[in-house]
Amino acid sequence: MTILTQEQTKHICDRVLSFSKADECIVTVSGSRNGNIRFARNQVSTAGLADDTNIAVTVAFGKRQGTATINEFDDKSLEKVVRRAEDLARLAPENPEFMPAVGKQDYKASQTFNAKTAAIDPEFRAQTAAYAIEACKKNKLVAAGFFTDGTNFSSVANSNGVYGHQDQTSLDFTCTVRTEDGRGSGWVKRSASDANKFDAREAADVAIEKALRSVDAKALEPGRYTVILEPAATSELLGYMLFGFDARQTDEGRSFLSKKGGASRLGDKLFDQQVNIWADPWNPDVPVLPWDTENLIARKRMDLIKDGKVNALNYSQYWAKKKGVQATATPGNIIMAGTDKSTAALIANTKKGVLVTRTWYIRMVDPQSVLLTGLTRDGTFYIENGKIKYPIKNFRFNESPVTMLNNIEEIGKPVVIGGDEVPFQMLIPPMKVRDFNFTSLSDAV
Amino acid sequence: MERRTFLKIGAGTAGTLLVPVFGNAIAAEELLNPLASSFKKSLADTAMDAAKKAGASYCDVRIGRYLNQFITTRDLNVESVTNTESTGVGVRVIAAGAYGFAATNTLSPDAVAGAARQAVAIAKANAKLQTEPVQLAPAKGVGEVSWATPIKRDWRTVPVKDKADMLIAANKAGLAAGASFMTANLFQVNQQKYFASTDGSYIDQDIHRLWAPINATAVDKASGKFRSRAGLAPPVGMGYEWFDVKPEHKIRAAGGVTTLYKGGYDIVEEARNAGRQAREKLTARTVDPGKYDLVLAPENLFLTIHESVGHPTELDRVLGYEANYAGTSFCTLDKWESRQFNFGSKIVNFVGEKTTQGSLGAVGYDDEGVPAKRWDIIKDGILVNYQATRDQAHIIGEQESHGCSYADSWSKVQFQRMPNVSLVAGKNRLTPDEMVKDVKKGIYILGRGSYSIDQQRYNFQFGGQLYFEIRDGKIGQMLEDVAYQSNTQDFWNACTAICDERDWRMSGSFFDGKGQPSQVSAVSHGTATTRFNGINVINTGRKIG
Repeated sequence: MTILTQEQTKHICDRVLSFSKADECIVTVSGSRNGNIRFARNQVSTAGLADDTNIAVTVAFGKRQGTATINEFDDKSLEKVVRRAEDLARLAPENPEFMPAVGKQDYKASQTFNAKTAAIDPEFRAQTAAYAIEACKKNKLVAAGFFTDGTNFSSVANSNGVYGHQDQTSLDFTCTVRTEDGRGSGWVKRSASDANKFDAREAADVAIEKALRSVDAKALEPGRYTVILEPAATSELLGYMLFGFDARQTDEGRSFLSKKGGASRLGDKLFDQQVNIWADPWNPDVPVLPWDTENLIARKRMDLIKDGKVNALNYSQYWAKKKGVQATATPGNIIMAGTDKSTAALIANTKKGVLVTRTWYIRMVDPQSVLLTGLTRDGTFYIENGKIKYPIKNFRFNESPVTMLNNIEEIGKPVVIGGDEVPFQMLIPPMKVRDFNFTSLSDAV
Repeated sequence: MERRTFLKIGAGTAGTLLVPVFGNAIAAEELLNPLASSFKKSLADTAMDAAKKAGASYCDVRIGRYLNQFITTRDLNVESVTNTESTGVGVRVIAAGAYGFAATNTLSPDAVAGAARQAVAIAKANAKLQTEPVQLAPAKGVGEVSWATPIKRDWRTVPVKDKADMLIAANKAGLAAGASFMTANLFQVNQQKYFASTDGSYIDQDIHRLWAPINATAVDKASGKFRSRAGLAPPVGMGYEWFDVKPEHKIRAAGGVTTLYKGGYDIVEEARNAGRQAREKLTARTVDPGKYDLVLAPENLFLTIHESVGHPTELDRVLGYEANYAGTSFCTLDKWESRQFNFGSKIVNFVGEKTTQGSLGAVGYDDEGVPAKRWDIIKDGILVNYQATRDQAHIIGEQESHGCSYADSWSKVQFQRMPNVSLVAGKNRLTPDEMVKDVKKGIYILGRGSYSIDQQRYNFQFGGQLYFEIRDGKIGQMLEDVAYQSNTQDFWNACTAICDERDWRMSGSFFDGKGQPSQVSAVSHGTATTRFNGINVINTGRKIG
């Protein structure tokens, strides 16, 4: 029952809509089958498979809204969930900012499904863990990691004639490799919707190499350095910054994109000329659903930063109406333009600098300037005359991604990085950035 | 580590289809019908019989019904009201020396027996990869017992309108006092947990928690500056009586800079203070970076305790089970074995416990059926123990578990989670105002701000909500752009004074994340106002564009 066909979900959506007596009705039918394997101390610690299906129904009477969900699919249950939503809507206070359900949308399908990913089985997961564990044992290293894969479907419909259905697949692998004496640590992350693009051996080898190279790190004085940031090192920084692209927050004066006197920085050149960031549901490397799951507005390509200029803001339905503009769908992915240069090429072009594998525990210090703090982790190296010279101790940084994107010297080839605490699929290049602000040292390995 | 999982609940309120992740939304009248204990016992017996017949040497069954209600408001609008329910059964077994786990949301004998058999099959498959068998610390069965959070008023019986009116009143007060924008939310949790095991325990628990976070933002459009002040009140393991505030629940902060709360919460008064102080922050003096003596209120220090003491003394992190996610720990076994590792100064004593009334971690029994207890983790500054579950106790030479097992859902396997970890109050009589008198150059910090710590819990940086200069023994003007940086061991060794029991109170973390797939738990940390000498303070003010 987990993965329903388009025909089955269409039938369910039609039945739900037919039971509704409210002014409007929105229904989402979704299901997922997620498998995972977790390992630590060179052995598997847990493995599992979780199935789930769900129907969410939102109805409105005037400006009163209610939502209910259920995981049964017979007519009686479908009618029950509609009545529950209606009961809640009658109890709820009026929301003066209520916006009616969207009208018919044009959802151009995106390539979110891959049969090989959908066919991942326990053996595939176990083999992925085994590659890492066996290679680590051979090298007298200790592996800890997590592999998870999912096959999902999502159908949406509303009483204004909206209907959409798509299947999705995904996989995500992270692996931390440590030396037995705890003096070295390396890490790797790989995400994909297509299992053909995932190579467990290649991934494990990256973490292993970083672990071996990171032993006996030297302490470098904190300060401003030219850094080469691998994509995993900037993904969360960029994600935090993009939360500030909300038009309402900006107009209300509480975003870094708000300006003195109440205006916004829309159109301002706030970043280096090389910076181009956009969202595109149809990108083949990071495809996402062609609708915004919150309001069902059709997603389109959206250029957020163009040639260093703030090009667009996100408008909710309410704020768009208030401002007399078109509402936008929230982006599901983030793509940053790059070049064909590898990370190795960026290193080769660097006289003195620091290579950062990943960043960790990033938190907002000051939303006014998007000042973020966090640390480097699992592979930080000193570069001299185009070569990695030696591992260095981890740093804490206090830096704004706005400043970082102003200080770009060189950009490399984008790679897929799934968000950790940021809800985007990302395609981000490695970057060489000058004057990156490291404020203290960490003894953590 | 505090994860952002649940920001979605607050942030996603405009999205009508964004149902919180806890379970299925249900109608209000369905909240008050519990499952009968006899029914749960019968289901548990069925599961345990099936597990034993399939070859399990041990089995525990957790039947959970998790009820939640979330109300979100912005300014004078209620943005959403959602009730959720999640009910089901999780079965954990040991077979062939390995763990297996399976869960079902179908409450029928066939379904739970099927889950038990599946768990045994998984255990036997896992056994092939196991290097040493699971070793459980002895736990004597406690028979049929029950425990409930001692609430006076059940949130489920309070009309939604009354709650919404209270939150709107708070927002209104904050706006009137100077805020440009206000939000107030109410998270209400009821976990009905039934635990049974082949050791002979049948434990029925009814656990309640509440949290009402507020946030005031002041904007000065002319200068383009904005500042926020979040609420200082803790989340609690109490009923709705938390809002029946009495004068004795109000605490005057050092120097009278604001009002704090213990045992009861005046959310409207707090919102008024937040609105006023958010406005004051717009013109507060920026801090001069340097070394300061920090006087940290419990409303700030709790999170530093959580991150720098709570997490590094989790035994699973010490052993490496969280190496790929939350990280490892500097508190390695050799440091504990030495019995000489100076975690902090001699006045620093930390206890782990799950017994303090009103705390988030308070339960009668953990999710392995182990009775709640209290034990020393740091004694006179020395690392003396960790936080352990039944399968870890033997590693640290303990004869019984500390009772630190927890799962956030019936559908997830239980594992080691942090209990309440608290700093013991100072032995000498000392109030916060008296503590300030001894400070020549310092900063008084209240509230949780930004927080970040490395994966082995050495290097950290913490902010706050309110900062006040201390000069020559007196609290002076408000400061801004403050964050303190230190190394955990240096920081706790710089602890020079702790106020006494009269000032001791708990704050807490409602959504603490750990594990893959990630689970959340709620935990409190008690402390009195505490002083740390010579801590590095940085200025976080920056200009962009």
